[in-house]
Amino acid sequence: MARLQRELIPAPEFKSNRFGARVLRDFKLNRTVYLMLLPVVLYYLIFQYGPMYGLQIAFKDYIPAKGFAGSPWVGLKHFQEFFESYYFWRLLGNTMLLSFYSLIFFFPAGIVLALLLNEVANPKFKRAVQTITYMPHFISLVVIVGMMVDFLSSNGLINNLLVSVFGIEPIPFMRTPGWFRTLFIGSELWQNLGWSSIIFLAAISNIDPALYEAARIDGANRFKQALHITFPGILPTVTILLILFIGRFMTVGAEKILLMYNPVTYETADVIQTYVYRKGILQADFSYSAAIGLFNAAISFALLILANTIARRVGETKLW
Amino acid sequence: MRRSWGERSFDAGNIAFMLALSLITLYPLVFVLFSSLSDPAEVVRNRGLLLYPKGFNLDAYRLVFDNPNIKTAYLNTLIYVVCGTTVNLVMTSLGAYGLSRRNVLWKNAIMFMIVFTMFFEGGLIPLYLLVGNLGMLDTRLALILPTAVSAFNLIIMRTAFQGVPVSLEESARLDGAGDWTILFRVVLPLSLPVVAVMVLFYGVYHWNSWFPAMIYLQTRELLPLQLILREILIANDTSSMMGNVPSGDEMPVGETIKYATIMVATLPILFLYPFLQKYFVKGVMIGAIKE
Repeated sequence: MARLQRELIPAPEFKSNRFGARVLRDFKLNRTVYLMLLPVVLYYLIFQYGPMYGLQIAFKDYIPAKGFAGSPWVGLKHFQEFFESYYFWRLLGNTMLLSFYSLIFFFPAGIVLALLLNEVANPKFKRAVQTITYMPHFISLVVIVGMMVDFLSSNGLINNLLVSVFGIEPIPFMRTPGWFRTLFIGSELWQNLGWSSIIFLAAISNIDPALYEAARIDGANRFKQALHITFPGILPTVTILLILFIGRFMTVGAEKILLMYNPVTYETADVIQTYVYRKGILQADFSYSAAIGLFNAAISFALLILANTIARRVGETKLW
Repeated sequence: MRRSWGERSFDAGNIAFMLALSLITLYPLVFVLFSSLSDPAEVVRNRGLLLYPKGFNLDAYRLVFDNPNIKTAYLNTLIYVVCGTTVNLVMTSLGAYGLSRRNVLWKNAIMFMIVFTMFFEGGLIPLYLLVGNLGMLDTRLALILPTAVSAFNLIIMRTAFQGVPVSLEESARLDGAGDWTILFRVVLPLSLPVVAVMVLFYGVYHWNSWFPAMIYLQTRELLPLQLILREILIANDTSSMMGNVPSGDEMPVGETIKYATIMVATLPILFLYPFLQKYFVKGVMIGAIKE
């Protein structure tokens, strides 16, 4: 009973000099909760903040025997080397272009699909379409890219169809730099278009039905209802997802690129994160690749803050 | 309700579009299924769409199931899925419970610490070096511990836990229940839909994951299925599969083996997913909106 009362009655206000007492009281009351949180906090300290601590090697020449802290400082040497390297602009350009294409082709497609699904009157048909289009989201990238390699090979399904319909020479899709971005975004649409519509559909279902009622009485047709009620209704969701998207702008599906690309297509396919993988893991150039990774993470973070600030100024929707 | 001509033609176009979209989504998988069941020689000769398996033949599946590499890898993947998902669920439940309580002084500080990692991270190289320094390279732990909790899923679960009526918790406390009892007897049983979504998200992650295995593992006996798939599908190396195939038949069987392997690696997930689909919307919605 005493426990219950402590839970229910709000804690009395303590003056700031009683902070220690407050901490002590809180710990006594919640020690089981803190015991539960301990493994989670430890996980974050070790596996999330540990690597952040390790980022200092970007400013050092990492020597494995001396560890993160013991390696000698070299200042901005690695950053300078990267900015002056032949690959810098190519990597930055490829990363941003790929993200930009997925922003203009992939991101709006999910909204459009949600709006169209919302207009499907038959609930069973709607559900069937949803079940089918969500499905590829759960297929592994290895299988997706494996299927692409197979279908797009010179005697694969796509080329066979192209050859028999248009009578052209087979196109070596996976080995042509000019095709890489199209294939990347196209396969992304195939795999995740349905999945990306879920959240917009959920936002649509939260719109007050009375609004549609009123619009119908005012004589608005379905197109006008979609334009003036549904779309504004999901706008806050769109804004939040847009901010999050911009925060991930520099982390375009590197795992998928690693599976898709080959030295012939590096020209358009190589992005900052895949380069970090090759330099760091394959060539063991740890400090240099950590510096590139930090550069990438810093841009991401700056973009996120920028996007959030703009959203704050423009409307009331924001991440924080 | 009466519908204008414009609305009806829009509806017809919309339904046609949905049908086309469903067909485009399904057909690649159907093609793989039909090819895997076809006679290897027919598959190689075939130029174009398959509308049914050509010459029914299960040799490819027999080779896949007899192959020791695939068997070991399949078993490994099961180990990573079961152990990994268990660790994920325990950690996520504990974290979500703690962070969904009222009157916990350090709650917001801990929450900030977790959310911050969603926007800024140490990155691949420091993490790789850390895993090495902890002595976990080339061990199964490397595929389980570094991904023990996902901040995104933790937030989804915390929001679900916050939705459990306070009155139930209070009456449990009146009966003398502590936090452990409340978590396991009250909060978790009332949050089963979200637990199902978590099992699906984490389980699928472990099933499909290949990159951590590629960078952390060397020993072939530890590799998960996806890495073997990568060899067969992308590096196009089916030689390890050709135990006792007469040499003249290698090429055609190599083709159908690829398709059969895709099926064997993908079907378990595609079977599981429709049963959990109804919980998605809730889960995904909570996760993206409530930061």
